[in-house]
Amino acid sequence: MERTYASAPPRVLITKIGLDGHDRGSRIVASYLRDAGMEVVYTPPWQSIEAVVSIATQEDVDVIGVSSLATDHLIVPKLMACLRDKGLGHVGVLVGGIVPEDERPMLKDAGVDGIFGPGAARDDIVAHVADLARRARRSRDVSP
Amino acid sequence: MTRTAIKRQLDLPGFEKAETAWQADYARQIAQDREVRNRSGIAVKPLYTPRDWDGARYLDALAFPGQMPFTRGIYPTMHRGRTWTQRQLIGLGTPEDYNERVLRILGAGATAISLIPCNSGFRGVDCDQVDPALLGTCGTVINTAEHMDRALAGVPLERISTAMNDPSPFTLLAFVLATAKRRGTPWTAVSGTSNQSDYLSHFIANHMFYRLSLPGSRRVLVDHLAFCLESVPNWNPVSVVGQHMQQAGATPAETMGLTLSTALQYAEDCVARGMDIDYVLRRFTFFFDISISFFEEVAKFRAGRRIWARLTRDRLGAKNPASWRFKFHGQTSGVDLTAQQPLNNIARVAVQAMAGIFSGLQSMHTDSYDEAITTPTEDAARIAIATQNILREEAHLCDVIDPLGGSYYVETLTDQMEAEIETIIAKIDAAGGMYRACETGLVQTTIGESALAHQEKIEAGIEKIVGVNCYQTEETASGVKPTERPDSARMQAHVAAFKAFKSTRSQDPVERGLRDLARAANSQTDNVFARVVEAADAGATHGEIVSCLRKELGFGHPLIVT
Repeated sequence: MERTYASAPPRVLITKIGLDGHDRGSRIVASYLRDAGMEVVYTPPWQSIEAVVSIATQEDVDVIGVSSLATDHLIVPKLMACLRDKGLGHVGVLVGGIVPEDERPMLKDAGVDGIFGPGAARDDIVAHVADLARRARRSRDVSP
Repeated sequence: MTRTAIKRQLDLPGFEKAETAWQADYARQIAQDREVRNRSGIAVKPLYTPRDWDGARYLDALAFPGQMPFTRGIYPTMHRGRTWTQRQLIGLGTPEDYNERVLRILGAGATAISLIPCNSGFRGVDCDQVDPALLGTCGTVINTAEHMDRALAGVPLERISTAMNDPSPFTLLAFVLATAKRRGTPWTAVSGTSNQSDYLSHFIANHMFYRLSLPGSRRVLVDHLAFCLESVPNWNPVSVVGQHMQQAGATPAETMGLTLSTALQYAEDCVARGMDIDYVLRRFTFFFDISISFFEEVAKFRAGRRIWARLTRDRLGAKNPASWRFKFHGQTSGVDLTAQQPLNNIARVAVQAMAGIFSGLQSMHTDSYDEAITTPTEDAARIAIATQNILREEAHLCDVIDPLGGSYYVETLTDQMEAEIETIIAKIDAAGGMYRACETGLVQTTIGESALAHQEKIEAGIEKIVGVNCYQTEETASGVKPTERPDSARMQAHVAAFKAFKSTRSQDPVERGLRDLARAANSQTDNVFARVVEAADAGATHGEIVSCLRKELGFGHPLIVT
């Protein structure tokens, strides 16, 4: 069957920004998504926000998953602003890892589409990413 | 019980009869017995008797506390004489924030302190090189000797032992020594430990911490050891870290085997440099995770103590009994803590801490119940210390030395863990030693397989975790206070002052210090760490020192990325 834009598997960037290097979580999620048939671009930890935006552009991803164990979620709002500035507002963004309850609203307000903490089920993560990817493609199609 | 007394039990005509009767009763009542294996894969029976461990090898396998092979403890008095050092890991915010907390913790009964630097420090950079929002959220921002002096204001360096989470090239210790010099405290009086000096564990299990290349780290560690043994004789320059491997998924037996193999590698590297083995070994210390697998942990430590004593005496040829002693710090395992129903973690930590105490540890950190969610808040940290105080003062766990010793189960398990650990050490030996086994990826593969096997047991519900795969409730983060973050105005002022310091300090001594450091790195004979101390004392910053050495000795990159 010919692979069309609409039927192509979701393209997802799994990354870590900031200073922490604990990558057990990002590796596990990357393999979950790969096993589910998605195309995953995986980066090592310690990426700069600019690097993430540039990879997202070059790789034409639908969704970005940012893993954070040790407070790096605090700079996710800056990533969101930078994505919008570069015309990547349609890309879905998920944060996985340790995000204290009282700091979740800050991420939601910045436009983060979902937060997955410890114990999140594999199927929920996969379904949410697939959903976001569909939405990202639709909204990109209508935007100028 | 003496050997003959126990033997006599087995020989009694009634023994076999009673045993057979119990076996029949057990089989009838249990109907379907379940298979039990501990995390190290050892099958666990429902009952242990003199048939499993008859005490016949008491003197050889156990002896008395303070006697070879130290199974029952490395000192004659153990906790009856002196209890463990209560050392809580702390680090948050600016040097002043740290200082306030350290003084409070000392007031609350802690007898030693520790320092965790900001993640920017672990990355090898200064505070003016990273996003300010992240500064001080996971550790204290200390980039200069002057920062260290302020962090330790009111802390008498000649009396309070300080443990630094300080990977190669050990800039935090350099800042401590510069501080001591300024205060007129002789270096010979400074005591503490270089935690995170074990670079091999960083490359295989926690790449947060490496800054230099693998060969560069190897060189600097031996230099650091040589310098400290000579000039800071009460400092423990090496702490071999089993914790990272167990946290990354190694079983308790694998963790002990790989850790002892690492210690052998470091000892042999020192000998290759011409150092005397007894001179080196007296300052070796270990750092381990204490998981909630209670009896397995006790057996892990008792077996490890015994193996290390024999390895140092028989294989390394150490003659001084001080070299044979396996001194270890235990930290209750954060991996066992859950973000779900976080107050449950108080119970978990108490059980882990008991395992550590019964294992005869020398120093302990108990985790705060909120550590699965955030950097410990003040109240949670207080409960963690109180847990140790309660176990010591109210539960009377320190009255008897090695109180689980002689248990048929614990002695059998200690023997079995010993055999498992020795198999792992033999596997690493066959691979050419720990350095080589890390280079080739053998260690990483071993740990990765165990991590996966454990995760599968959790997902299958074989390993149960309350609130995660059983007894779940709707409650999530109740009981946890709002997250404490460093005061941003204070942090901004700290960064501004740091920038001002860099532009107003006398630059000549700094430049000279960094030039000497670069030269030492390229010399076969000079001691790199001695030059790190000089550069730090001259006003060089953490980032400048690390970047100089990265240039000369190579940048640390992951060994294997999968």
